Amino acid sequence: MTDQLIDFFLLMKSELLLLAVIFIMLFMNITAKENADGTPVDNNHSILVTANILLLLNFLAGFFMNTSGNLFGDSFTSTELTAFQKNILNLGTLLVSLQSYTWLKTHKHVMEFYMLLLATLLGMFLMISSQHMLLFYLGLELSTIPLAALVNFDLEKKKSAEAAMKMIMMSAFSSALLLFGISLFYGTMGTLHFQEIPAALNGSDLQLYCLILLIAAFGFKISAVPFHFWTADVYEGAPVPVTSYLSVISKGSILFVMTTVLYNVFAGMGVEWYLIICVLAVATMITGNIFAVRQQNLKRLLAFSSIAQVGFILVGMSGQNTEGAVSVTYFIIIYIFSNLAALGVISVVSALTGKEKISDYKGFYKTNPMLSWILAIALFSLAGIPPTSGFFGKFFLLLAGAGNGNYTLVIIAALNMIVSLYYYLKIVKAVFMDANEEPIPTINLAFFPKAGLLICLIGIIVTGLASGSYNYIQELFASL
Amino acid sequence: MNLNLLILIPFLTAMAILFCRSLPAVRSIALAGSAIQLVLSLVLFYLFSQERMINESLMLFEQNIVWFKTLNINYHIGVDGISVSMILLTAFVVLAGVLVSWKMPKATGGDGEMGREFFFLLMFLSLGAYGFFISLDLFTLFFFLEVAVIPKFLLIGIWGSGKKEYAAMKLALMLMGGSALVFVGLAGLYLNTYTATGLHTFDILEIANMSINLDMQLLFFPFAFVGFGIFTAIFPFHTWVPDGHSSAPTAASMFLAGISMKLGGYGCLRAAVLLMPEAAHYYSGWIVALSAIAIIYGAFATMMQTDLKYINAYSSVSHCGFVLLGIGMLTHTAIMGAVMQMVSHGLMTALFFAAIGMIYERTHTREVKKLGGLLKIMPFISTVFVIAGLCSLGLPGFSGFVAEMTVFVGAWEQVDAMYRLATILACASIVVTAVYILRAVGKAIMGPIADQHHLELTDARWNEKMAAGILIIGIVAIGIAPFWLTELVTPGTTAIMNQLNGF
Repeated sequence: MTDQLIDFFLLMKSELLLLAVIFIMLFMNITAKENADGTPVDNNHSILVTANILLLLNFLAGFFMNTSGNLFGDSFTSTELTAFQKNILNLGTLLVSLQSYTWLKTHKHVMEFYMLLLATLLGMFLMISSQHMLLFYLGLELSTIPLAALVNFDLEKKKSAEAAMKMIMMSAFSSALLLFGISLFYGTMGTLHFQEIPAALNGSDLQLYCLILLIAAFGFKISAVPFHFWTADVYEGAPVPVTSYLSVISKGSILFVMTTVLYNVFAGMGVEWYLIICVLAVATMITGNIFAVRQQNLKRLLAFSSIAQVGFILVGMSGQNTEGAVSVTYFIIIYIFSNLAALGVISVVSALTGKEKISDYKGFYKTNPMLSWILAIALFSLAGIPPTSGFFGKFFLLLAGAGNGNYTLVIIAALNMIVSLYYYLKIVKAVFMDANEEPIPTINLAFFPKAGLLICLIGIIVTGLASGSYNYIQELFASL
Repeated sequence: MNLNLLILIPFLTAMAILFCRSLPAVRSIALAGSAIQLVLSLVLFYLFSQERMINESLMLFEQNIVWFKTLNINYHIGVDGISVSMILLTAFVVLAGVLVSWKMPKATGGDGEMGREFFFLLMFLSLGAYGFFISLDLFTLFFFLEVAVIPKFLLIGIWGSGKKEYAAMKLALMLMGGSALVFVGLAGLYLNTYTATGLHTFDILEIANMSINLDMQLLFFPFAFVGFGIFTAIFPFHTWVPDGHSSAPTAASMFLAGISMKLGGYGCLRAAVLLMPEAAHYYSGWIVALSAIAIIYGAFATMMQTDLKYINAYSSVSHCGFVLLGIGMLTHTAIMGAVMQMVSHGLMTALFFAAIGMIYERTHTREVKKLGGLLKIMPFISTVFVIAGLCSLGLPGFSGFVAEMTVFVGAWEQVDAMYRLATILACASIVVTAVYILRAVGKAIMGPIADQHHLELTDARWNEKMAAGILIIGIVAIGIAPFWLTELVTPGTTAIMNQLNGF
């Protein structure tokens, strides 16, 4: 009995640790002291310190005692791969938390922010571990609804509320599609267990229809074209740290799940989903890039660029080989570092000066050389320029895509790289080359954002040049 | 010799520059670093010649380290004669470039002249070039090719003149376009290789020993060749050259024309022709036609220019056409001529840009009309300008003559009428070259003094004299005694020819 209990705890280690963090923060909230007039004492700094330390511990704990096995009638699984994927998300959440310090320090509802944030992370963990459609759906919903509340966290801004509304409508719609697909699946197969689905696939028209619904639901969450309409508005309206979270962590988790589901569960319908993914990839890359070129607001620009990045990821996913799965996972790590570095700088600037336009960044180098270099390196990494790790990520994605013999797709992707370089260089140009009478004043970074940016910078440089992480992911996938 | 030193020295120099505060310190470190690079490359040249006598293998000083194991990507480096000549060229141009930048060009956007950033980027650019020339793995080759793109963008955009932002963006995007095509070509090549272990490979030497499926060669050769060709101004993708070169600060122009355009020619030889020989035969007519157009078009376009930098930039298009013409002819002499033309053009154009930069720094104009009689005012600089010009128009005794002559002789070995026609057209361009060079020299250097204010200007300083001296030594060394260069590159070009004739 005790053995079983220990197994249970170890298998659900990531989830339980996260729950523990949430509860610790909840107790801190309950026991918070009040001033004589009943208003709460301003202890944001200590809350933030505690939260960051807890998240750091949570991330470090993710390296140890990872066991594999199934729970709850095989509907929940834990393997080294899922543990690794969860820990990537842990790291990303830690980075988001570090860079939101400047913004949250003066916010009234810090505790709520963390509880909502961690609740969504818990949902993603459940989703990654799920071996059953219903558990998957549960995780997906848990990871979406609190996010909509987070988008609304700039409480005074109308735009923020509007963005939250848009997001919740869109998620509801995509959830409905997903549920419809799942129920039809159940009708055709009589089971929703991931392990039993491959045997029950027969490629009938109805199942193809269900597959399309499923991919559409995924498409909404990763904002693949044509399901991307919510993205730009939500990214622009949400506070920058939430935007970062949405664009890397939330997307990353769905992409992890999508890889597992498509590669393992629906391998039998490979021909069908391959076509869908190819079409989505081309549409997503081209649309994302074309819209990004015209943007003046940095957040909107990065929103569209993140759509384009998803297009590149889909190219890798269309490879249908181990390299495809490995390169997608590898790229997500790199993407977390790069995008969080770029958004980290923007978040600090936005929190302190409220400036978010590209033209505001003219002459930024004069006043903030360090931040400028970090921003530039992050953008180069997003554009796929060596020696940053973005180069390696893109290279392997496209190579995996080409591995399937679809050279046309790779040519389109390679040409899209040029377009994406254009708008990234536009920002670099503003930062380094344009003169400005009133540049953004010199910013003194607090410890936490500085640490966050530093980790991102190291990640951007090391992840690519050192091949260790790629080889490790390769081993994880090969051992499946 | 450990070839990693070639990458390590620029890297360490760049890192040391980052920790310097004052401009003099930065300059001295950059100068020391590039001087060490030159010494190192001369040592490499010596050791290579020694080793060549006893070692028959194609590549020397090889190192092969596994990088991404499951993708079979290795960090594989080694040199043959062609690479050594390119490395020598790079070292000469880098040292000269650092010397002429002693007085920094004006910067925009940042604080002051930003000397630290400037020299950091120059060193980074040279790192990319060295890495490119020693790579024997297509992945590292591509890696270093792209490493060199962003420093160019920043160098032109921050320290350039004229329409610098436009030129920088155009250059970065066109070169990135080239890289994208190269990527498609290399990825296609990779996926059609089959090794004994069942993996694909990026290794140049391994691929050279395989026969790639002909259809795949025909499909991917244009991608690789045109991609690299964009770097070396293949027609009609040459438009970045005039804008980029003329907007760049002097040192960056020298690097761009002297080194960066050679990356393309070298890549065409090493990655496209060597690895896809059958496709090279198939497409050789196209290459020759395009390069003949580039030569003629570049020469006539130069005639119309009035800005000294534009003159040299367009003439670069024309001269780099000779490189591609030599490669396209697919005869041993022509390919050797192409390699010599790369070295010769690198030195000559760097010297030209250096002289133009010195003139511009003093007179603040590059318009031929506003200049005149400079020989009386600044004899040293004017002499340098004339030497560069004479080398450009192919005067015997300078490197330009040797290289172009070799290309023509090699080209004449192809008996087909179309090739003959292209060769004749290319030869005819030399007359046009003579016209624009002599006209520029006659108006700007000789003749009456155009502007009385110019009388107060000073002649070259020590650093400028040294820079010019180094490059002139190189030019004359090839011009008078070309045999050392031919001997150096012959085994490499022979290997390419064996590959071309081997099916």
